[in-house]
Amino acid sequence: MSSTDLAIDYLGLSLRCPLVASSSPLTGNLDGLRRLEDAGAGAVVLPSLFEEQLEAESLAVHRWLETGAESHVEAAGYFPELDDYDLGSDSYLELIRRAKQALEVPVIASLNGTTPGGWVRHAKSLEQAGADALELNLYGVAADPALDSEAVEARDRALVRSVREAVSLPLAVKLSPFFTAFVHTARELVASGAGGLVLFNRFYQPDLDLESLAVTPRLVLSARDELRLPLRWIAILHGRVKASLAATTGIHEAEDALKVLLAGANVAMMASALLQNGPEHLALVRSGIVGWLEAHEYESVRQLCGSVSQGAAEDPNAFERANYLQTLQSWPGDYHR
Amino acid sequence: MGIVNDQERACIDGNEAAARVAHRLSEVVAIYPITPASPMGELADTWSALGRTNLWGRVPEIVEMQSEGGAAGALHGAVQRGALATTFTASQGLLLMIPNLYKIAGELSPCVLHVAARTVATHALSIFGDHSDVMATRQTGFALLASSSVQEAHDLALVAHAASLRARVPFLHFFDGFRTSHEMNTIALLGDEDLRALIDEEALAAHRARRLTPDAPVLRGSAQNPDVFFQAREAANPFHARVPELVAGCFDALAHRTGRRYGLVDYVGSPDAEDVLVVMGSAAGACSEAVEVLVDRGSKLGLLVVRLFRPFPTDALLAALPATTRRIAVLDRTKEPGAPGEPLYQDVVTAVATRAMAHGEAPPWVTGGRYGLGGKEFTPALAKAALDGLRAPTPPHPFTLGIVDDVGHTSLRPDPGFRVPHEGVSALFFGLGSDGTVGATKASARIIAEHTDLHAQGYFVYDSKKSGAVTVSHLRFGAAPIRATYQIDEADFVACHQLGFLDRMPVAERCRAGGTLLLNAPHAPDALWDALPRETQETLVERRIELHVVDAERVAREVGMGPRINTVMQPCFFALSGVLPREEALAAIRDEIRRAYRRRGPTVVERNLAAVDRALAALHAVKIPAAASARRGRRKPVPDDAPDFVVRVTARLLAGEGDLLPVSAMPVDGTFPTGTARFEKRAIAHEIPIWETPLCIDCGKCALVCPHAAILMKVFPEDALAGAPEGFLSKPFRSRELPDHHLTIQVAPDDCTGCGVCVDVCPARSKEEVRTKAINMRPVAEHRERERERFDFFLGIPEADRLRIEPDTVKGAQVREPLFEFSGACAGCGETPYLKLLSQLFGDRMVVANATGCSSIFGGNLPTTPWSTNAAGRGPAWSNSLFEDDAEFGLGMLLAQEQLEGEARALLEKLSPCLEPGLAEAILASDQEGEAEIAAQRARVERLKHGLATPPHDADPAAVRRLAQLADELVRKSVWIVGGDGWAYDIGSGGLDHVLASGRNVNVLVLDTQVYSNTGGQASKATPRGAVAKFASGGKSMPRKDLGMIASAYGNVYVAQVAMGADDRQTLNALLEAEAWPGPSLVIAYSTCIAHGIDMARSMSHQKGAVQSGFWPLYRFHPGTDPHEHPFHLDSRRPTRPLSEFLRTEARFAMLARSDPERARELATLAQADADERWRFYEQLAGIERTIPQGEDAGPDGSAPEGEDA
Repeated sequence: MSSTDLAIDYLGLSLRCPLVASSSPLTGNLDGLRRLEDAGAGAVVLPSLFEEQLEAESLAVHRWLETGAESHVEAAGYFPELDDYDLGSDSYLELIRRAKQALEVPVIASLNGTTPGGWVRHAKSLEQAGADALELNLYGVAADPALDSEAVEARDRALVRSVREAVSLPLAVKLSPFFTAFVHTARELVASGAGGLVLFNRFYQPDLDLESLAVTPRLVLSARDELRLPLRWIAILHGRVKASLAATTGIHEAEDALKVLLAGANVAMMASALLQNGPEHLALVRSGIVGWLEAHEYESVRQLCGSVSQGAAEDPNAFERANYLQTLQSWPGDYHR
Repeated sequence: MGIVNDQERACIDGNEAAARVAHRLSEVVAIYPITPASPMGELADTWSALGRTNLWGRVPEIVEMQSEGGAAGALHGAVQRGALATTFTASQGLLLMIPNLYKIAGELSPCVLHVAARTVATHALSIFGDHSDVMATRQTGFALLASSSVQEAHDLALVAHAASLRARVPFLHFFDGFRTSHEMNTIALLGDEDLRALIDEEALAAHRARRLTPDAPVLRGSAQNPDVFFQAREAANPFHARVPELVAGCFDALAHRTGRRYGLVDYVGSPDAEDVLVVMGSAAGACSEAVEVLVDRGSKLGLLVVRLFRPFPTDALLAALPATTRRIAVLDRTKEPGAPGEPLYQDVVTAVATRAMAHGEAPPWVTGGRYGLGGKEFTPALAKAALDGLRAPTPPHPFTLGIVDDVGHTSLRPDPGFRVPHEGVSALFFGLGSDGTVGATKASARIIAEHTDLHAQGYFVYDSKKSGAVTVSHLRFGAAPIRATYQIDEADFVACHQLGFLDRMPVAERCRAGGTLLLNAPHAPDALWDALPRETQETLVERRIELHVVDAERVAREVGMGPRINTVMQPCFFALSGVLPREEALAAIRDEIRRAYRRRGPTVVERNLAAVDRALAALHAVKIPAAASARRGRRKPVPDDAPDFVVRVTARLLAGEGDLLPVSAMPVDGTFPTGTARFEKRAIAHEIPIWETPLCIDCGKCALVCPHAAILMKVFPEDALAGAPEGFLSKPFRSRELPDHHLTIQVAPDDCTGCGVCVDVCPARSKEEVRTKAINMRPVAEHRERERERFDFFLGIPEADRLRIEPDTVKGAQVREPLFEFSGACAGCGETPYLKLLSQLFGDRMVVANATGCSSIFGGNLPTTPWSTNAAGRGPAWSNSLFEDDAEFGLGMLLAQEQLEGEARALLEKLSPCLEPGLAEAILASDQEGEAEIAAQRARVERLKHGLATPPHDADPAAVRRLAQLADELVRKSVWIVGGDGWAYDIGSGGLDHVLASGRNVNVLVLDTQVYSNTGGQASKATPRGAVAKFASGGKSMPRKDLGMIASAYGNVYVAQVAMGADDRQTLNALLEAEAWPGPSLVIAYSTCIAHGIDMARSMSHQKGAVQSGFWPLYRFHPGTDPHEHPFHLDSRRPTRPLSEFLRTEARFAMLARSDPERARELATLAQADADERWRFYEQLAGIERTIPQGEDAGPDGSAPEGEDA
C-alpha cells in the first residue's frame, strides 16, 4: 500500500484522488458510477442536464398529446394522457439521489441552461436533490451577429452571478477556449461567483454526409495531444485566479494527468479514455500517478500541484509566445542527428 | 331530510360521469372501442393504469377484447365466476352483444352495460345518437334504465349497479350518444360513501355465493327439451317483477344521500293537464323547457319522462299521468319500419288501454312520433309542435319532428318563432380542429363551473373531415342548472377563430342583435372592415353587433405556441363576456393552464401563461361604419356547372344546410354519386408545393405519395399545350414508351392540405442549394391564383394512353389517372396513397368492400366522396357493410360477380351463332391478362352490346335481353376488400380467415396503422410490443400478430407485406401480383398515422427506418406450382439499425420511456428479440421449397371444403 497522499481540494471539497470522472454516458447510470468509484475516482461529474433538451421534451410531449386532439368527432385525442411524464429532469434528480446513496465520493451535477430562469430553477433543484457541487456548462455557439463578445461575456457573468445567489453549492464553470482575452474572462467569472474553472468544453462538431448531403452531428472522442490547450491555460491561470482549476480533454494516461497537475490543475478529469477502455482504466492511471510520485519522491499531490505553472516554471515565457520559437529552434538539431 | 353533503362539483361529460361510477363498482371491465362510448373504456383503462381502485380497494382489471361479441362473452364469464363486471358500448357493438345478453339475463346474473345510445347503421352508418340500438335489446331480459342528462348519467349509473345486485337482473344503463355522452355539464359528484350507501353488501355476498366454483360445483347453461324450457323461462318472472320496486328503492336511497330525487317515471307540468308528452332520454331537457314556458302561459300541459323502460313501469306511469289527461303524444327516438308505432308508443298505448279496459273507460287518445334519428336536433319548438299536433281534430299518427317530409307528409311544422330564452350567457366559438378551440372551450366551462357559483354547459360539433375540420363549440352558463339539450342558435357572444370561415359559412349571423363578435385576424382594427365579406358587414350593421379583433396567431407565434391560439382567444372571451371580473378570470385561466399542463413541463406552462399575458394587449374594439361597403360576398359552395345532384344536394350539405333538405331530396336506398370531392374546394393549406421544373427528374414519387391526390402528373403531346395560360409549366418527358411527350407536375391548390409529404420524398435537389428540391413548399397566398389557373388548364389536358406505358414503374403508374382524389383524411395520411395507387392501377374495373374505420370515413362520409370516375364514367364502385364482416361482404360480391359472369358466358355461347362471326369465341377465349387484353375485351363487349341492340330475328329475345344486361360482366373485374388492422386482426379476423381459406379470387388490402385509428388510437392485435396506445396505457406487453404468416400457412394465398415509403417498387409489384393471382391475395400495407406520434410531413420517408431496423420487413409470398418453388421472397435487406433507434423516433414508444422508463427498456429489449427472431424465421422461409397444396378443394380456383357442423 502506497503512503503517497493523493488527496486534493477541489471547489472546497476534499477529494481522495485528483482523478475525476467527467460528464459522459458512464456517469449517467449507477453501475458506471460505482465502477468509477471502485476504480479510485476522486469525484464524479454527472452528464449535463440540458435545459434545451428538457424544453424540447416538454414541447414534444405537448405536441404528441395535442396533435389531432379535439379535431375529429370520433377521437378526442390519439394518446392516453398519463399521470406523469418524466421530461428528463425527474430522472436526473433521481440519479443524483441514488448516486448520493450509493457513493462515498462527491457527486457533481452539471447543468446547461438556455434561459436565466431555467438556470436558476434547475440549479436549485439539483441542490435540493443532494448534489455536492455544481458544474455550469456554458455551452453555446455565439452565432448571433447582433451579439458582440462583450455582450456574450456579460451574459455569462450575469448567469454565474444569478446561480451563485440562488444556491449555496460549490460552483464550477466549464468553459470553451474561444475567448479573446481568456485570463480576463476567467477572472471576471470567478469574481461573479465561480469557485472553480473547468478547461475546456468540447463541442459536438457537425459533420456532413456525402450521400444524403445532410448535416450530421458526430461526437469524436478526444486524443492525447489535445491536452496541450488546457495545459497552457491552466499553467497561466494558476495563482492568477482564486479558484480551483480542473483540466479536461486529452487526459488518457498517468503522464497526462501528472502534466496538468504540475501545470496547476487541482483535478484531472477523464472521459474519452474511460469510454474507450472502461471505467477500470482509471485505476491504471491512478497507479501510474502513484508510481511516478514515488519514483520522484513526492509525498503528496498537493506538493506537485502547480509546481510547473507559469508562475513557478523556470521559464514563464515558455507558456506564451516563446514556446513556438523554441519548437522551431529544436528542429535543426533533430534533423542532423 | 337526508344526508345532503357539500357535494363536490365538476364540469364533465356524460361518458365520464358514467365511467366514474362504473369503475368504482367493478372488478372486471371488458371493453372494445366504438363511438361514442369509447371514452368510457379509455377512462377506465387509464384509471386502472394509474392504480385507481374500486370501492373495495382493488384495481379493476380492464381487458380489451377483439369485438363487442368478445367483450360480452368475457363479461358473461366474469359474472358467472362471481365478479362485479361491466362494459361500455353502443350501436352495432351492442347488437353484437345481444346473444350473450339473453344468456346473462336468463341466468339472472347481475351486471351493468353502460350504453351511449347510437343509431344502428341502415342505409348509412351514423355515429350519432338515437335509441335504435337499445330498442334492439328490449326482449333480452335486461332492465333498461335511461338517463336524460349528464347528472343522471352519473346518478343512474349508480342506481343501475345497485339495483342489478339487489334484483339479480342485469341492467343496461343508457344515455343519448353525443348529446349526453359528449355534453359537458356541471354536476354534483357522488362520493365513495354515496356509492357504499346504495350497494347492498348482502346482495353482493349472495352474488359471490352463486359463483361457479369446483368447491361447490353446479351445472349452469344446460340444454333443455320441450318438456321444461318454457316453465323454466317463466320461473324467473318474480325477479323481473320486483325490478321497478327495487329501482324505486335505490332512487329513494339516492335522494336521501344527495337530495336529488328521481322516479321510474317523472311528471312535470300542470296538475290538470289535458295534453301530455311522453319521452325518454335527452329530449326530456328540451321538452321540460317547452312545457314550463307553455304552462306559464296558461296551457294545460304536462311531460312524462320515462326512466325505467324495461321492465315497463305500467303502474308508475299510470299513477303519474294526471287524471285529466285526454291526449298523449309519445315521442320515440327510433324507427321500427312496419310497426303500428314505435316501441315506447306501443307500451304507453298498452298501459293506458289496459287500464281503460279494466275500468270500462275511454282511454286517452295516444299518438306517436319519431324524432332525433341519427342525432337530428331536437328543440323546444319541436316539443311544442308535438303538443300542438294533439289539438288537431284528428291528432296525426305517426308523425315526425325536425324534418320536412314531403313524401309521406308525416312531419309536423314547428312554430319558427318559439324559443325558450336562456337565463344566462350563451357563446359560440368557430374554430379549426388543430387550433385548440374545443380544448379551450372545455377549459372555459371547467373554469366557470369550478371558480364561480354558475353552472356551465359545453357541447361540440365537428364536421366530418380529419384534416382542416371545422369545429363549433357551444357554451352556456347561468345561475340555474342548464337543461337545454340542443345547440345554440343565436348566441350572446360569437368568436371566429379563423377569419376564412366568414367567406364560407354564416358566422356573424349566429350572433344576436346587440351581441359581441370576436375575430382572430391579422388586421389592424382600422383595416379589418375591408377584409369582411358583404354578408358579415350587413349583419354587423343591422344587428348593431359589437366587433373586436385580436391577432391571435401573431401572439401565439411570438410566445412559441405555433398554431394553437386557444390561450390567446380564451382570455379575450372572458374579458369581453364579463362572466367573471377580468382579473379573477385571468387568475382562473392561469390556474387552469397550470393544472392542465403541469404534467407536460414548465416550458409548456410558461408559454401558455405568456400567451394569456399578451392576449388582452392585442385585443381591440373595431368601429362599425353605418353601412356595408364590401362588394365581395361569401363564395359559392360548388361551381354553377356542377352536376345536378351536387348542386341540389351536395352543395346544401357543404353550406351547412343539410337540415333543411326535405325527404324527397334524399336517395331512398343510400346510393350516392361518386366523384364529388372535387367540387369541395376547402383551400385549407397555408403552404402548397410548387414545381421547380428544371430540377425534376420525372420520377413521379411526389404524385405517388400525395395522400390527397393534390399533386398530379400528366404526360401529353406538345400540342396539348395549345391555349395554356402564360407560365404554364411543362418539360420534356424522359420515356422510351412515350417519346416526344411533355410532363407537367401540377398542384391542386385548393385541395392540398399542405402536409409536405411530396417535398419530403422528392429526390432531386439543386446543386447550388441542397434544400431546394424539384418541388418545394411555398406560401399559398403568393401562388394560389396562378396555380388555380394552371390547375384548371391541367384538368383539361387529355389523359395519356395508359396502354403505351406499363404500370410496373412508379412513373408508369403515376401517369394513370387517380380515381381516388381530394379526401378529407388527415394531412400526411399513410393509408390514402395505397388506395389512390390501387385506383390508378385497377380503378376502372374495381369493386371495393370497405370495412368501417378511417378508410370508410374519409372514403364515404357525406357530404362528398373521394372515389371518382374517369372520362368514360367508369370508376371504383364502393360500399361499406359493417366493421366486422368486410371480408365476407367482399366475398359475397365476388360470388355474385362470378355468377353473373357465368350466366353471361352461357348466354353468349348460346347466342354465338346469331352474333358477329368470331366475336363470341374471341370474348370467351380471352384470358384478359394485362391491360391491353382487357381493353381489347372491353372493345369486343362494346361490339357485342351494339350487336345485341339490333339482334337477328332468330335470336331468343329473352336471352338477348338478359345478355344485354350482363354483357359488361364479361370484362374482368377486381374485388378489393379494404380495411384497417382493427378489422383484419381483431373484429373481422374470423371472417378474413374464412375468406382467405375459401381459395376464391379476392384481393385484400389491409391498411395497417397498428392501432384503431378512427376511434382515437386504441390498441389492436397489430399494435407492436412496447407501443403506448389507448387500452394499452402502460405499453403493449405482447408482440403484434403476424397476420401475413398466418395467411401464408394456407400455401395458396398470395401474401405481401409492403411499405410504400420504404420501397415503392415493391409495393407496386405486390399490388400488381396480388391482383393477377387467381386465388386469394392479402397485402398488408404499413400505414403511418398521427397515432404513431411522428412528424407526418415525413410520413413516407419515416417508413425507411421501420424497414431498416427490422421493425417491418418487406416480403412477398407468391404461391407457385413448381415443386422447387421458393414462394417466400424477402424483399428488404437484413436490418442495419438497432430497433431501439427506430423506436425512439416515434412518440408511441418514446412516451413510455417518459412515463415508465424501466418498463420501456424491458419492452424494447423484448421487441428487439421479436424483430431478431422474426428476421431469422423469415430468412429460413426464404430458403424453403413449397408448392400450392393440391386437391380440388384447395387450389386457387377451387371451392372451400364442405364444412361439418361441429
